[in-house]
Amino acid sequence: MSASPPSLLDQVRPFSAGADIVAIAWLGDIPALALADGGVLLLDGDGHRRLDAHPGGGVTVAASDGTRLVTGGDDGRVVSTGPAGTAQLATSGGAWIDALAIHPSGAVAFSAGRKVVARDGKGREMSFEAPSTARGLAFAPKGYRLAIAHYGGATLWFPNLDAKPDVLDWKGSHLDATWSPDGRFVVTSMQENALHGWRLLPDRGHMRMSGYAAKPRSFSWSFGGAWLATSGADAAMVWPFSSKEGPTGKAPRECGVRHARVTRVSFHPSVNVLAVGYEDGAVLLVRFDDGAELLVRRAEPDSAVTALAWDRKGGRVAFGCQDGRGGLLTLA
Amino acid sequence: MAEKIPVTVLTGYLGAGKTTLLNRILTEQHGRRYAVIVNEFGAIGIDNDLIVGADEEVFEMNNGCICCTVRGDLIRIIEGLMRRRGKFDAIIVETTGLADPAPVAQTFFVDQDVGERARLDAVVTVADAKWLTERLKDAPEAKNQIAFADVVLLNKADLVSPAELDAVESRIRALNPQARIHRTTKCDVPIAEVLDRNAFDLDRIMEVEPEFLEEGHHHHHDEEIDSFSFRAGEVNPDKFMPWISELTQREGPNILRCKGIVAFPKEPKRFVFQGVHMILDGDLQRDWKPEEARESRVVFIGRDLDRKAYEEGFRACAA
Repeated sequence: MSASPPSLLDQVRPFSAGADIVAIAWLGDIPALALADGGVLLLDGDGHRRLDAHPGGGVTVAASDGTRLVTGGDDGRVVSTGPAGTAQLATSGGAWIDALAIHPSGAVAFSAGRKVVARDGKGREMSFEAPSTARGLAFAPKGYRLAIAHYGGATLWFPNLDAKPDVLDWKGSHLDATWSPDGRFVVTSMQENALHGWRLLPDRGHMRMSGYAAKPRSFSWSFGGAWLATSGADAAMVWPFSSKEGPTGKAPRECGVRHARVTRVSFHPSVNVLAVGYEDGAVLLVRFDDGAELLVRRAEPDSAVTALAWDRKGGRVAFGCQDGRGGLLTLA
Repeated sequence: MAEKIPVTVLTGYLGAGKTTLLNRILTEQHGRRYAVIVNEFGAIGIDNDLIVGADEEVFEMNNGCICCTVRGDLIRIIEGLMRRRGKFDAIIVETTGLADPAPVAQTFFVDQDVGERARLDAVVTVADAKWLTERLKDAPEAKNQIAFADVVLLNKADLVSPAELDAVESRIRALNPQARIHRTTKCDVPIAEVLDRNAFDLDRIMEVEPEFLEEGHHHHHDEEIDSFSFRAGEVNPDKFMPWISELTQREGPNILRCKGIVAFPKEPKRFVFQGVHMILDGDLQRDWKPEEARESRVVFIGRDLDRKAYEEGFRACAA
């Protein structure tokens, strides 16, 4: 490995959450951490405010729209947390919540086993039975439509229409789902250390993205949607999606190559800078155009990065780790 | 990396006594805490334990390995449980009475994330002494569960005569020469005989199977599932490695389990291997002890295996 990159270490304010950090989201200026012990921690000013979103349970999945953090738990509850407190949105009746997605309109979708529920902004619930456990959910950027990843492919479902759901086939077990910001591509992560994508327009073609050392469980689209950054290798693998074919026949760019597996990726909201978190606890910022790196956190034993998020303006980035530690970087 | 969480798989045909065994473990746990993955929430006594419902979703892996099936739900549940490390010390997976144990076992070898965090400790099968012989005739699942087991509890032993018990035990032996068999009433076995067996640990292979090493071990043939073991002197690694690898690739769908200790010429360490269907795991392990004969020993359990071809293949590897 080359010499350490220039560092931003002295601009990072560390914190400790007291439990594994499952996800981080920014609620305006406040970082909100979803914890494996069922709590949500708001890093409000200098104080930490803990809210018991899932008392006695644990957070399994989380999603945010920038105003609230919605968590699903192993208690079967779907809970919304904001600065004003927590509110239960729905419950599966006890089965673990496996996946969550949030829509700009205020709608939330969640799944427990094969059952997928979409709850619109008015609280109206529609449900759909997936062919096998629904592992990943993603709303289309426009319209009220949900992509559901499951064994054997993905299903596109309009919760408010009677139309037959659209089935996208591909053999194997599909885990997480994401929809490109322009709505043209749906991409899933797979059990066999690969991504699979479908071009919804113009040709329904398949896109196979493989070569990972581990399952690529973290995705992030660049601000214009031209690139998709992914975890799962010893560098962030960033696939080109600007042409209508998507990444077919093209190689990914590798950002932040180190001797450690990338666990989380997050693109800056308005410039081509990627935050990359690693299994060994390190965090880097990588300027995408020339590969320049800035060190945000050094490697720390047993402190793999499990959550990473930029605030809306891109002036701050928060990271969280499996041992409950984390930090807030404020860019000067 | 933190130590891997041990996982015990409980199988057994309907009514054999799995729930009884599970309750024994949970009530006699001496301060150990378990996460129990069950298919039906039954009458399970739990205070400090975490109970998780599962749905036995068996998936084919898309990796060209035709018999490579895994439990998709188990991958998801274990991933979730690992976020709550510290709440439990071990995991128990209870399967339904009709389940095939192979996909459960394979999950721990095939899924990388699961394999990095958890290790399969043993497959424990509860069998009904009174009804097992009948079930072996009409229920292929019951046969699979016996053939696959590391530990068999021959339960409800008080309901049959000693002669009947001997007969059913020899049926079990015919299907599976390497399992440890315990005759029990209400699953009254010391918990240490069921948990912490390290049955899939290469370092422990052969030390847990006393019956395995009997010379010329011969079992009468089951109509379908058979087992056999061979021994030889030193074998040539350039012949043995391609043979075992090709054999498990080709015959994997029919091989339920295989294991062995192998001596290579001029190699001070024992080579040990174990396999589940097409998945083969092997490594050089500890040194041969001065008093140990440098012998190679292999065992296969499977369906419709051609014993003669296996034996000839193995013999042809002799150094």
